[in-house]
Amino acid sequence: MKDLTYLTADTADSAVELFAATPGAQFLGGGTNLIDHLKLGVATPDALVDISRIPLDRVEEYQDAIGSGLRIGSNVRNSDLAAHPVVRASFPAVSRALLAGASGQIRNQATTGGNLLQRTRCVYFQDVTTPCNKREPGTGCSALEGYGRHNAVLGASDACVATHPSDLAVALAALDASVVVLGPEGERRIALDDLHRLPDDDPSIDTILEPGELITSVELPRTAVAAQSTYRKVRDRASFAFALVSVAAALQVEGGRVSDVRIAWGGVAHKPWRARRAEDWLRGRAITEQTIRAAVAEELTAARTNAQSVYKVPMLTNTTTLALLRLAEEVAQ
Amino acid sequence: MTEQVARPVKIRTIGRRTDRADGVEKVTGRATYAVEHGVDDGVVDPLHLWLVQSTVAKGRVSAVRAEAALSHPGVVAVIDHTNAPRLHDTDNRELAILQDDRVGFRGQIVALVLAETLEAARQGAALVEVDQEVDPHEVELTEHNATYRPETVNPDMDTDTDEGDVDAAFAQADVVVDHTYRTPYEHNNPLEAHATTAWWESDGGDERLTMFDSTQGVHGVAQSLAPMLGLAPGQIRVRAPYVGGGFGSKGEAHAHVMAAVLAARTTEGRPVKLAVTRQQMFALTGYRTATISHIRLGASADGRLDAIEHIVQEQTSTIREFAEQTASPTRMMYAAPNRRTRHRLARLDVAVPSWMRAPGEMPGMFAQEVAMDELAVSCGVDPILLRELNEPDTDPETGLPFNNRRLVDCLRHGAERFGWAARNREPRATRDGEWWVGTGVASATYPANRMPGNAARVRSLGDGRYAVAIASVDIGTGARTVLSQIAADALDVEPSAIDLEVADTRLPAATVAGGSSGTSSWGTAIVAAAQRFRKDHGDSAEPGLETTATPADDPAEERLSFHSFGAVFAEARVNHWTGEIRVPRLFGVYSVGRVINPMTARSQFLGGLVMGLSAGLFEDSYRDPRLGHVVTQDLATYHVAAHADVLDVDAEWLEESDDTFTPMGSRGIGEIGIVGTAAAVANATFHATGTRVRSLPITVDDFSGADGI
Repeated sequence: MKDLTYLTADTADSAVELFAATPGAQFLGGGTNLIDHLKLGVATPDALVDISRIPLDRVEEYQDAIGSGLRIGSNVRNSDLAAHPVVRASFPAVSRALLAGASGQIRNQATTGGNLLQRTRCVYFQDVTTPCNKREPGTGCSALEGYGRHNAVLGASDACVATHPSDLAVALAALDASVVVLGPEGERRIALDDLHRLPDDDPSIDTILEPGELITSVELPRTAVAAQSTYRKVRDRASFAFALVSVAAALQVEGGRVSDVRIAWGGVAHKPWRARRAEDWLRGRAITEQTIRAAVAEELTAARTNAQSVYKVPMLTNTTTLALLRLAEEVAQ
Repeated sequence: MTEQVARPVKIRTIGRRTDRADGVEKVTGRATYAVEHGVDDGVVDPLHLWLVQSTVAKGRVSAVRAEAALSHPGVVAVIDHTNAPRLHDTDNRELAILQDDRVGFRGQIVALVLAETLEAARQGAALVEVDQEVDPHEVELTEHNATYRPETVNPDMDTDTDEGDVDAAFAQADVVVDHTYRTPYEHNNPLEAHATTAWWESDGGDERLTMFDSTQGVHGVAQSLAPMLGLAPGQIRVRAPYVGGGFGSKGEAHAHVMAAVLAARTTEGRPVKLAVTRQQMFALTGYRTATISHIRLGASADGRLDAIEHIVQEQTSTIREFAEQTASPTRMMYAAPNRRTRHRLARLDVAVPSWMRAPGEMPGMFAQEVAMDELAVSCGVDPILLRELNEPDTDPETGLPFNNRRLVDCLRHGAERFGWAARNREPRATRDGEWWVGTGVASATYPANRMPGNAARVRSLGDGRYAVAIASVDIGTGARTVLSQIAADALDVEPSAIDLEVADTRLPAATVAGGSSGTSSWGTAIVAAAQRFRKDHGDSAEPGLETTATPADDPAEERLSFHSFGAVFAEARVNHWTGEIRVPRLFGVYSVGRVINPMTARSQFLGGLVMGLSAGLFEDSYRDPRLGHVVTQDLATYHVAAHADVLDVDAEWLEESDDTFTPMGSRGIGEIGIVGTAAAVANATFHATGTRVRSLPITVDDFSGADGI
């Protein structure tokens, strides 16, 4: 790898300052993705600003004008967050999503903020000898007509069919989480669902973060529906694999009808895919296998597949149906 | 060399659970692998090597521009085809790297970067600019291009075989099974990536090359390199004290070994270290060809086979031929008077295929054993009974009697232990919540191989201790441990009285740790040497007395057909909603002669079963037809079974001894565990779901219908 400068920051403010003062810098968190990229030549920063020592490692209850919830420091490790008793009790989808990701060792190392900002595992993105618009804009998309088993089927473009690999982000998108971001211009909040962008004609940019902006925490609003949530991931082996498709779902039923429902999908798009059309379709209806399938079909009218990715449509439909039916059983008990 | 007939040994420690001789070194990190040797082993002030690979599948290197690399701090040299040392013999185009400008596959070595540090070498390689002229390439195996008929298939078998009138038999058969089965490209992926340390010395004009190599056979490396380098094999010393797995990919030297040796030729004696990356292994260190098996089985209504046909299509590379013997087990497995096998290859512009655990048997038996399951279903016969009905009296291929064919014993014993009798024969008949549940069985077989060309040395150390030496390599199988047991029994002492020295070409010759032949070949040589030692020097030899001997040819090899057999049972669960596949139980029973060390043997069987499970459900090297290389080139995208996939896996073996095959009574065990396993898993998924998948790996999307499976 090429030579680079390694800097450490003790506070979020100093991290942002260091970044601004250092051309070609990149933040380094747990490093489970970026270190690979340094070795592969996928990332070639001139400097790393190591943020892993900043004490953003607590999970706290918060209360504000809008409501209450959990504020999760961006350096909270995935394993610690998954095991947190409040997360397990009040946001089961988050805990399950984390535990469905990576391996025990990686979860011990990976951070909350880093998890959200990990990059696609598209094989072409990770192989610098092949064309890739995300890695090298304008070179073309090798995955479009190449190895397509993991390709996006929603919201993709001719420039990029990569999928976002995070499980955590899918659960957070379903539960209306926000990220708190600190940048040179100060602090702002971004809804998780708005954080990642679709590829359009510039897939090199994964999120709407400005250069130098640092995620300092994730805010997870406490809602009744979040406590009745789940995460179901389908992958090629029983553990340590990225999702072929995954479903984060939350459900509330009143008088036999859906009063609130959240559905987000992983493995199908350049971002966690919040299935709002399906949610809208279900709200006010009874939860049955038929209604769920109809709701999913509503969302999937926009799906675009090829011979290698076409399996994702029935797999996503079946897995969503399974997840919601199981939730409905739990809610009824 | 003294020849000695090896007679059956008096059993003393053979059959006893014995801890791995090198277990402590390995788990405490003190075992030194090929690029970990330092000053104590003569590796002084080494340089580091990085490979530069072609990014086109076919063409020519028009220029290698090294200026940027050479100006990077620490980079010492850039070697390409214009300045690389010349080889004396370039027939083996896999090994004859940097001798001309031709590019035969994507990922081929086109330049080398030598540097003072690993990091500088890597960055230097990234800075080398290679201009390539591109020719059209063909890299995709299809039923249309696999038409070339090789002269022989590996290791030296007939390409085609014919017996009886196959077409007439099919015309008259009550039941015909006629399907095509596919297996994908698979990469061996041993835990220790391939690695070599090499240095040249000149001793009064006599040149010597010394290497530490991660190899399955030190003599094989020296023998393949020597003529190319214009050396006698004795001028090359190769050592491999510890090797972290091979699975066949280290069965012979690949191009990276020559890269290290050629680079070291230019350093005026400084050692060169080369550690191949996981990604580079996907291009350079061998893999199993994909296979297409067209199988026809013709049988009577009650399931007796009258005709077997197995037409194989697979691939080789244009730069070096490698013809996998995929139909070989079909030739000897079941009785049928009319038989036909064929092998046809596509010669493609691709990396050179090579040996991978149970070459031939693994893909061939997948096809045949799924076809047998289909025949059982078609005839309404239990799959175990079907195999019993088709047991041959003699080897169908050679007509020779089998030495010890106990397939039926394995099937029956396994059936009892697995609870087969309780099985509902109907497919898609058992549901447990979200999961369809089924069971499947398959036969396993592997030839019993014992190689000529092995010798061992026994020397008295006094006080009842003995030094035993042979150049064999322990690639993690436990060979060190079992060879100590064998030497102990042959000398009638405890294993603790044996100082075993291995894995050095200065020791008596040993053949490769491959073909499940190692323990049989090396152990027989040790027994021969020990027995000769006793004959020459008696029971209480003075310290320093020694004997080197090689086993005499065994006439039994000419009159018997030597094979091992086994039976694999699998339970599969397939999720109705998601198509997810789980294998909660996997059980193998094997007839392999006498087991020398139950602990290390069990590890071999379990490892084979897990690798077979992995081939059944996960392993798949996806070669991009446009680019020419495998794009699933790391362990995140080339999946092998993870811990969570490996549930209740167990193996047993029949208590027996095969004294006609080796003086220890043993046969090989390294490969049979992978044979038939993917078929057993496939047959279980069919029994669970009623959906037959004929192409490996079997994956979730095979079972994701519109309304679930």
